[in-house]
Amino acid sequence: MIKNITNLGDAALYCDFGNEIDQETNLNVIKYFKNLKELKIEGIINITPSYNKLIISFDQSVIKYENLKNKIVDLKLHNKENQNNKLIKVPMCIDEEFSLDIKRLSEKLKVKHDQIYNSFFNKEYYCYMTGFIAGMPFLGDTKENIRLNRLETPRVKVPKGSIGITEQFCNIYTYESPGGWNIIGNTPVKIFDQSNQENPTLINPGDKVTFYKISKKEYQNYNE
Amino acid sequence: MNKSYFEILRPGINSTFQDLGRFNQHHIGIPMSGVMDKRNYLIGNKLVGNSNNISAIEFAYQGPILKLKSAKVIAAVTGNVTFQILRTNSNIEKGKCYETFELNDGDQIDIISTNKSVYGYFFINGGFKAETFWESFSINTRAKIGPNEGAKFGINQKLFIKNKENKFQKKRIEYLSSKIEFIRVLKGTNFNYFSEEGKNNFFTKEFVVSKLTDRMGMRIEGPKIKNIFESNIRSEGLIKGVIQVPGDGNPIIMLSDYGTIGGYPKIAVVISSDYDRLTQLTPGSKIKFKSVELEEAENLYKLYEIETKSILNQIK
Repeated sequence: MIKNITNLGDAALYCDFGNEIDQETNLNVIKYFKNLKELKIEGIINITPSYNKLIISFDQSVIKYENLKNKIVDLKLHNKENQNNKLIKVPMCIDEEFSLDIKRLSEKLKVKHDQIYNSFFNKEYYCYMTGFIAGMPFLGDTKENIRLNRLETPRVKVPKGSIGITEQFCNIYTYESPGGWNIIGNTPVKIFDQSNQENPTLINPGDKVTFYKISKKEYQNYNE
Repeated sequence: MNKSYFEILRPGINSTFQDLGRFNQHHIGIPMSGVMDKRNYLIGNKLVGNSNNISAIEFAYQGPILKLKSAKVIAAVTGNVTFQILRTNSNIEKGKCYETFELNDGDQIDIISTNKSVYGYFFINGGFKAETFWESFSINTRAKIGPNEGAKFGINQKLFIKNKENKFQKKRIEYLSSKIEFIRVLKGTNFNYFSEEGKNNFFTKEFVVSKLTDRMGMRIEGPKIKNIFESNIRSEGLIKGVIQVPGDGNPIIMLSDYGTIGGYPKIAVVISSDYDRLTQLTPGSKIKFKSVELEEAENLYKLYEIETKSILNQIK
């Protein structure tokens, strides 16, 4: 449940669900998000779920902070956290052209390349949130033997489709973008598609994700 | 088939379609975008007789040169902008902001520059033909979202127009946006992550708008704001106006094309009533921050809205 609500500026509520980052906390955030989305409270213009926070921005000419806060506190929740969640299998090529940081990971973690991939592929991930850039899924948790901090100096350009890991998380770059995650492969799958405005994102909060290895040839010939 | 369009003879520096922005898509990573200077957008649309969900062309520093083909339109420019109209008979007319003018088949409008400000706007009656994405015309070039494949305009491109036949009526108002002296802010959710000296510097020292400023964010330079707690937080939602301070101690103010999620501590948030004028600050401008409480910020926003309404009411 929400531990504390404060204001973020004069036009947003900052709902804190606690310091822990785990699926239980996150499922709570998603439950609030889905309930609020359905309720369509007048004045709300955006709801941003993340690991353990929910930010609700609103139009001040329609509703004020205190009023909206009271509505959120009094919110009656319906059980929605497990609805429509999917398992998505994502193909991934680990050719050296794509695995930009495997050497760094291997050296810093003192774990061999194939052991890193073994750990990475043998895990089902959970999608905590999507964002930063359109459709980018934040997945977790990776096995403990492959956890490392982000790059000291972020890359100016991470190629589209890159799959990166950092700490206990994994994500997929839906566009070429700046970024500091350790890149270990690339997927030919379109994770975000603006031409499909109804369902632009392949992976949504609460979904499960697994990765499977494909060859470079399969990568090049991949057709959706 | 409607064959009326503007041909782009020079695209300008960062010319895009913008409207009031995109709502309710944060959860998939799509920010609001939309015009940087909302008041100037509202004034322009009112002048040419448009409703508020019609796209304008927003430009930064240098605007486009546009040549009208097979149409006659009522147009207006807002902001602090120098522009001229090149008529087919070779006459050159000096343009005036905040008043309507007519463009005829073959006429060109040359938007030369914005003055002591960043953004300006070009409006036509009826608006431009473009596809909406999540009910908005706004182009976010960083995320490649919106019409024109999410890209800024290029040379020789055609911008098709709706070509609404309307009788020309001269409409004008006297308006000049005031300069901003202090950027008023509310304390951010991580305000206490920073050293006493850092917090003190933030509210007393001068900062300079850096060249690394675009529709996504404004980087400012000044005394470094030292973090004494933790320079990374768990990534969480962002909104425009949030001031994040990364490990290097240099604040970044999130602007309309912000990333929806960020992991740097938030020292403060710019109040809504000061946002338009903040975005008009050019690189090299000196700014100071002033702390206000929530109630004051809400009252200032009310005032901002009353002012906007009274300006719009002058347009008859």
